[in-house]
Amino acid sequence: MQLKNVTRLETVNHGLLDTLLRVHLRNPRFPRPVFPTFSLYFLVVRFPPMKLNLALAQIATHLGDVESNLETHLDFIKQAKAQNADLLVFPELSLTGYVLQDIVPTVAHHPTDDDSVFKHLLKASKDLDLVVGFVDEDSRHRFYIASAYLSGGRVLHIHHKVYLPTYGLFDEGRFFAWGDSIQAFDTKFGRVGLLICEDFWHASPPYLLWLDGADILLFSSASPGRGLNDHEKLESARWVERVNKSYASLFTTFVAHSNRVGYEDGLNFWGGSTIFDPRGELVTQAPYQTEALVASSLDLGLLRRTRARLPLLRDERTGLAQRELSRIISSREGGWKGHND
Amino acid sequence: MTDLTINTSLARQILTGFIKSEITRVGFTRAVIGLSGGIDSALSCALAAEALGPENVLAIRMPYKASSADSLEHAQLLIDQLGVQSETIEITDMVDPLINLDPEMSRTRKGNIMARARMIVLYDRSEDFKGLVIGTSNKTEILLGYSTLWGDMAAALNPIGDLYKTQVRQLSRDMNIPAPIVDKPPSADLWANQTDEDELGFTYEEVDKLLYLLIDQRYLPEECVEAGFDKSFVDKVVARIRRNQFKRMMPIIAKISNRTIGYDFLYLRDWGT
Repeated sequence: MQLKNVTRLETVNHGLLDTLLRVHLRNPRFPRPVFPTFSLYFLVVRFPPMKLNLALAQIATHLGDVESNLETHLDFIKQAKAQNADLLVFPELSLTGYVLQDIVPTVAHHPTDDDSVFKHLLKASKDLDLVVGFVDEDSRHRFYIASAYLSGGRVLHIHHKVYLPTYGLFDEGRFFAWGDSIQAFDTKFGRVGLLICEDFWHASPPYLLWLDGADILLFSSASPGRGLNDHEKLESARWVERVNKSYASLFTTFVAHSNRVGYEDGLNFWGGSTIFDPRGELVTQAPYQTEALVASSLDLGLLRRTRARLPLLRDERTGLAQRELSRIISSREGGWKGHND
Repeated sequence: MTDLTINTSLARQILTGFIKSEITRVGFTRAVIGLSGGIDSALSCALAAEALGPENVLAIRMPYKASSADSLEHAQLLIDQLGVQSETIEITDMVDPLINLDPEMSRTRKGNIMARARMIVLYDRSEDFKGLVIGTSNKTEILLGYSTLWGDMAAALNPIGDLYKTQVRQLSRDMNIPAPIVDKPPSADLWANQTDEDELGFTYEEVDKLLYLLIDQRYLPEECVEAGFDKSFVDKVVARIRRNQFKRMMPIIAKISNRTIGYDFLYLRDWGT
């Protein structure tokens, strides 16, 4: 009974308790609480909750039809709720569809209570946390590919896609503004980072989120299937799964990827959403090419156990990385020749 | 490097999903397809039948008086196997009056008239059957421009346009397309004993490997020669791809306004669906 109460207390104000405890534990002048108060505190508050029932909504969308996509969202939210999901992650641009081109300005929304779409999603987020994909328009009318983390009726974080693929079959840079921030943020399940598709084809955004404290990386995509050969999977699927698994391994974090399905003209979106654990092991995977809701109860204690064995985070030399990065970027000979943005 | 083998079950899943999605999202449930007796239309028809159910597919045989009897029979084999709806509409009476106007008319012109007459039949039946026209052009012939503009290329959607001819064969075998269709020499059947490979001057097997390097693997022409292809063959194919770009495009529009269809008025066909 007591455990239950503490859990509920933590849910309400985890941030404050966590901060107090961090100060408490790091400061030797504070007397440590006496067992059992401390152990209870330690187990339930410092590493709370130990389970996260994480669900991925692998949906197909209607191109430019926000209203019908919202209905799909509310339907999947209902299903996820019935499965006791704590957090439900939708794919990239889940409210709008992907190849928007000149549709972009007509489907933009901003996640506020008075927004006709977000008022429903914010309300739904009182029951379970949500990550949704949308077109965000800022006050100066720049349009971003965005993901919002909604919890308890509030927006905890908005991520604007920082890498817009504009090559091959992609033309995002023509229609969207580039995001310019990569930040982790606190949730009731621990610190989380959001990235969108091409963001995690580059190594630096997941790396920065890792350093910024994210223990759960939530990736969303609208990844067009391509590269059919005699392999059992599409090349695009193999690539994405490989990098997701790598980030989970390199950063000893949870990495969840919610990818959409369906078609837009001749493009197919391959689905196959995954969750990898901090050991780099596959926890669950949704089927390819078809709508699905997958949920998995994640044992968050794996973070501690994996890092106790494999202290990659502890040993990461950020100062060294920063010094070398500065040298490389400023070096006139040799060195970096790419963007300095 | 030049292995064009594909995972056929994955191809089948993606292509039938494509047909179903792209027909139903615009409010249709049915498809119309011209069945020549050849492998490309047979494969498209089989995919459509699997995607939509055979009762929702209308296969139309459109012989000309000079068409080979085999073509009709082979088309019938497939119709019977799939259980799709079918019709036979001979185009001789449609095209002969035009052909007879010019006793000097070349075989190419006659072939183009037949291909376009078949397009008219398909689009007419499409309206009546309330089904969209499914295309049957493969990647090899689209790249080589081995087709009639607004004729056999005319369709609402094309499930096999990203499969080379040799991949069409592989998938056709997997889908149990009758052996006589899969094994016979490809032909446009516009005149007696015409075969694609005679007319093109090379085999599909050869050209598919070259196209795969040039297009899919982004090889430079000289790299293809280094990889073992004959230079004159490479040059001929490269020139053919470039020369036929016009067949792969909608008519180009002269831009004079600030916003022009095709340049800065950009929407997918699936806009709003």
